Amino acid sequence: MATFEPVLSRNVGHPEVREVAGYKKRGGYAGLAKALTMEPDEVIEAVKASGLRGRGGAGFPCGLKWSFIPKQSDKPKYIVCNADESEPGTFKDRLLMEQDPHQLIEGCAIAGWAVGAETTYIYIRGEYTYAADVLEAAIRDAYDAGVLGSSVMGKGFRHDMYVHRGAGAYICGEETGLLESLEGKRGQPRVKPPFPAVIGAFGAPTVINNVETLCCVPHIIERGAEWFKGIGTDERNTGPKLYAISGHVARPGTYEHPIGVPFSELLDSAGGMLGGAELKAFIPGGASAAILGPKHRDLPLDFDQVAKAGSMLGSAAVMVMDESVCLVRATMRLSKFFNHESCGQCTPCREGTNWMELLLRRLESGGGSTADIRVLGEICEMIAGNSLCALGDAAAGPVRSLVANFTDEIEKHIEHGGCPYEHRRYFSPST
Amino acid sequence: MSDTPETPRDDGASAATAAEPSFPPEARARLDEIKSRYPEGTKAALIPALHIAQEVWGGWLPEEAIRAVSNELGIPTPEVYGVVSFYDLFHQKPVGRHRLRVCTNLPCQLRGAEEIMEVLRDELGVAEDEVTPDGRCSFTHFECLGSCDTAPMMMLDDRYEENLTPERVREILKELE
Repeated sequence: MATFEPVLSRNVGHPEVREVAGYKKRGGYAGLAKALTMEPDEVIEAVKASGLRGRGGAGFPCGLKWSFIPKQSDKPKYIVCNADESEPGTFKDRLLMEQDPHQLIEGCAIAGWAVGAETTYIYIRGEYTYAADVLEAAIRDAYDAGVLGSSVMGKGFRHDMYVHRGAGAYICGEETGLLESLEGKRGQPRVKPPFPAVIGAFGAPTVINNVETLCCVPHIIERGAEWFKGIGTDERNTGPKLYAISGHVARPGTYEHPIGVPFSELLDSAGGMLGGAELKAFIPGGASAAILGPKHRDLPLDFDQVAKAGSMLGSAAVMVMDESVCLVRATMRLSKFFNHESCGQCTPCREGTNWMELLLRRLESGGGSTADIRVLGEICEMIAGNSLCALGDAAAGPVRSLVANFTDEIEKHIEHGGCPYEHRRYFSPST
Repeated sequence: MSDTPETPRDDGASAATAAEPSFPPEARARLDEIKSRYPEGTKAALIPALHIAQEVWGGWLPEEAIRAVSNELGIPTPEVYGVVSFYDLFHQKPVGRHRLRVCTNLPCQLRGAEEIMEVLRDELGVAEDEVTPDGRCSFTHFECLGSCDTAPMMMLDDRYEENLTPERVREILKELE
């Protein structure tokens, strides 16, 4: 394969692209200009043909999602950009918004044209104040330049765009939790169906896409579906992908690769293991994904191959742990997160996440027994698939893998009467 | 109304106690613009209004702030409380003039977040979620803040402080007013 040229991150380090003029100079808004010369259905077909799958975690085909929006609607339709990025380990969307805000604005406007929506709400997590400021300034500039407003690029299509700040709740990254929050309520996920394409924001048909997904769209329109399909591992895993790698690596950061880059190659781009330490484990797709061991070092990081290995690509947040890490403690921290973030609506999730954290905490502090291994596994089975949204399954992800793949790690805790590791740099039981 | 004399309307002191709390003019102007972004008859301006209220009322939401939001938007106070209690960025207890939120989720913990929490405990001499006696600071642990490439990190008021070391944390604390 020829050398891969960054697509989504090509403007990183070019601060002039935060203004319309600078963005256009580097080729920006060509995708939107082209889209406006196409029929909306042709735009949807192009996105479908590209094979683009959602970059927020679920990997749902983007074009298909757009095609669910009814053509005729007596209510206004909406584009909602999911910029809630709260999956632990994930920071790629922040880079896209801070470094290249117009790429996202362009993607949202094309989505609006494709489905006939006149308004985009960018729902951004409340903590991203800087990214929100950058986006708001870029949106103002886009209005001034005639890119947004009553006649997008002079073509008579109206599109308005607003940034909506959240207020700190992981569950608002779940699309119906997000909609509830956008409507000024507690972010508790809705019963589905109806799906947002039919009844979404304010009771109207709504497309919800992740930041990175929407950022792919201008390039697909400009360069064509075939070009996009030419990047990646196969026809189900296409296009460029941002990988956010953190933990015990020399240069944590966001790296762009064709989707399906092997973990080992990604690790190399991040400078390898911190201090040359040994790899003990990695999580390939955020806190919700199963923990994998060194035998998966060469695993191609695409949706299907990571799933086949028993984990998931999720948001492609790759967390790397060296041999000094206690996996019981690491999993305990993730369980604490899910326990805190469970919205409390569904009993299996609300109670189960709490019990998982308590059991792991007990193993870590020395009160664990072999029965805990079985009970932890049972709790996972009781939560997964038994809640309205995917948070329950997500909470079970890392715990299930600890029990199944790292049983010896738990057994060592039981034999040792507590954690056998030294935690110079790590967790105290209180956090 | 009886014909006994009422407290005059222009009596500032009693008006302030009697009147229902509301937003100061600048905050209301901001809120009015925000309201125009959403379809009429919806409550979508509630979370933006709470962000504004929290700025106006010194970083947290006392009862007066909740009632002001309720009055501005015509949303009953229990419903406003219900929303406030759901979100981690809204506070129902007093906070310091400066608020430190330390990310302690896995990627930051792998890079030393726990030590950062210890330094804050030692330097500020208060426990998590308490305010220093001079009202200057309060600190808390937080879930992932999306800055794992610059771990460990914390949010100081509205900005990110990244690649922290114990020394750097001590410097930051010294610079705070």
